[in-house]
Amino acid sequence: MLSRTAENLYWLARYVERAEYLARTIDATLRVTALPAAYVGKTNEWDSALLTAGVAASFYQTYEEANEHNVVDYLSFSVDNPSSIRNCIEAARLNSRSVRTALTSEMWDTINSAWIELQAVWSKGTSTREDLAKFLRFVQETSLRFDGSAYRTMLRNDAYWFSRMGVHLERADNTARILDVKYHVLLPEEEHVGGPLDFYQWSSILRSVSALTAYHWVYRETLKPWLIADLLILNDTLPRSLASCYGNLVRNLDQIGVAYGRQGPAQRHARGIRNRLEHSNMNDIFQHGVHEFIQEFITDNSRLGEIITKQYLI
Amino acid sequence: MAVAFDEMNIPGGELRPAYEELARWLKETPPEALEYRRQEAELLFRRIGITFAVYGEAESTERLIPFDVIPRIMSGKEWALLEKGLKQRVRALNMFLRDIYHGRDILRAEIVPDDLIFQNPVFRPEMNGQQVPHDVYVHIAGIDIVRVDANDFIVLEDNARTPSGVSYMLENREIMMRLFPDLFARHRVAPVERYPDELLSALRSVAPQSASGEPTVALLTPGVYNSAYYEHSFLADKLGIELVEGRDLIVKNNEVFMRTTEGLKRVDVIYRRVDDDFLDPLTFRPDSVLGVPGLMSAYAAGNITLANAVGTGIADDKAIYSYMPDIVKFYLGEEPILKNVPTWRCREPKDLAYVLDNLGELVVKEVHGSGGYGMLIGPAATKATIEAFREKLKREPEGFIAQPTLALSTCPTCTASGLAPRHVDLRPFVLTGSKRTTIVPGGLTRVALKEGSLVVNSSQGGGTKDTWILDE
Repeated sequence: MLSRTAENLYWLARYVERAEYLARTIDATLRVTALPAAYVGKTNEWDSALLTAGVAASFYQTYEEANEHNVVDYLSFSVDNPSSIRNCIEAARLNSRSVRTALTSEMWDTINSAWIELQAVWSKGTSTREDLAKFLRFVQETSLRFDGSAYRTMLRNDAYWFSRMGVHLERADNTARILDVKYHVLLPEEEHVGGPLDFYQWSSILRSVSALTAYHWVYRETLKPWLIADLLILNDTLPRSLASCYGNLVRNLDQIGVAYGRQGPAQRHARGIRNRLEHSNMNDIFQHGVHEFIQEFITDNSRLGEIITKQYLI
Repeated sequence: MAVAFDEMNIPGGELRPAYEELARWLKETPPEALEYRRQEAELLFRRIGITFAVYGEAESTERLIPFDVIPRIMSGKEWALLEKGLKQRVRALNMFLRDIYHGRDILRAEIVPDDLIFQNPVFRPEMNGQQVPHDVYVHIAGIDIVRVDANDFIVLEDNARTPSGVSYMLENREIMMRLFPDLFARHRVAPVERYPDELLSALRSVAPQSASGEPTVALLTPGVYNSAYYEHSFLADKLGIELVEGRDLIVKNNEVFMRTTEGLKRVDVIYRRVDDDFLDPLTFRPDSVLGVPGLMSAYAAGNITLANAVGTGIADDKAIYSYMPDIVKFYLGEEPILKNVPTWRCREPKDLAYVLDNLGELVVKEVHGSGGYGMLIGPAATKATIEAFREKLKREPEGFIAQPTLALSTCPTCTASGLAPRHVDLRPFVLTGSKRTTIVPGGLTRVALKEGSLVVNSSQGGGTKDTWILDE
């Protein structure tokens, strides 16, 4: 297939995944900030939201204060924020238009309808909490519909694999970023001053990767920070864990390698990261330093993006 | 202006036979049902994303071309005559192009004046002596046809460069069949859906000799911001070929390759929807970012076929148009089956004088214009516009031709106040491959939605209709 087509499919999937992640982050932040301060402490949760979205620096060029109104607007509707939900949907639509021939009609319909709704219903943003909740649901449903129609209607060939790679790479990045911002509340008990207020921080993290229910099924335990870290980093049954994303990335890259009859640096690099995740346990990670581990992962992950681009997309 | 020929109603209250069944159906169908399906059609167009961009508007908006649900119907007999005429016309266009870029018999015979060719910016000296496979220059032609009475088809314009609109012909039919299955059950409408197959086999048949047994065809688009982008992606999809932009192609050793995830892959035939000027920055406009550097040298080496060929503009130029009846006679020795609109060539002093005296009744067109831009429709223009045009004409008479205002035929159309006659034209698409010329029965009917308006171009507020050829 054309390199440009593969590139568009890959980025299309990334934009949709990113939009969903932003919607989840806002949703989780709204819940935490709705609690009385005694339960969540003095940290500014809206600041954390900006940090996990990776747009804090650009935000403060426009706004002075990270409060609900400003942050929701910047993450959701801002035209100036290149990765606002609005711009993600716009970019996804533009990408879809350039690769229409590689999309199934169901996938096109999902993106095009979302784009039409964005303009018809959400062009002025939201004015009430209720509206905002509707908007966030709309974004999450768009992503689910897109994912579902890709899964159910695409041929299992390179087009599908490039698209899936976009999803998993973006997902891994998002999960890692949450961990990066929140790692301090996940340190083992003896290392930080734990208290009841952390409970809400922990559930908020799980909620933003839609893993709150999953946690209870996997561990049958009350929320424990090291188990949360274990779930998000090493447990490959959780679709948004780093281990699961890398299991999938390795598989997709292998499928491409087989179809094209050759392997390359992207396959090797992805396998390297996967192996490291497979052979780690939480004890080692905590000893090595969670923060260092996560930062290393983020660097490695974006390095994989660069290698894939060089090997296939240009 | 005379009363226009109506394609459904005969003056006096009778119906033309092709429309009898439609008229019965319209009588049985309540207006609300029609309106409901019209809205449904619009929704479908929007969801599928069948839009076009309008240049020159502040916001680069995507717009829908209004679709009128009342079909335009022709009898099989009428079509047979039209088809014969179209094939004749396109054969002559191809022979003319071959001649202009080789022997130039027609210039020696003084049928067409030299300066009209050599001083014409759309004449491409690069094509002199260049062989094109099977001598086909115009693989895809869109010939604009109008009717003014029951007996004649008149060619308004030959489009031999990158004619567009065929996706609307196909999508209009799809949507009509979805919305009005009952109406189709009552008619025998000749199908149009084999157009993509015909196009692909025509394109493959003209592959260069150096191509492999299964030639690779690609569609070259200027990109998502082009007004016809939807059509480009639609056709690439239907043909099962790659939709490429200039940056996807690269020329090496005079061969053309596309960049794929598996490395470079040779391309043999390019169905290009990029104008000559932008094809190759090394040969034509150096500022073009839409083209492929070196494409013309690969073309000259005979390693790539471009469809349509470079330089076909010289055949559909409005200044050449008026010579078409003579061109047909010269190459084929036959009387032209399709008529021409009588045309005054403003470059000739006698004609210019006449045009200047009668601006109020004439249609004046720029020789190099298209899409309905830069045109004067005398009877509909204000005094000031006419005077402004008069100045332009005096300054550069060779840039214009003039024609009488034709009473284009009308066809019943949905309007805010119910069904009413609106003016229509027709663009059938003529495909020429190595062995044969084919035309899918029908074409794109464009309709001027404003009462009395004669401008059918989508960029000027025109709409489209499904076109039915009855299989009798």
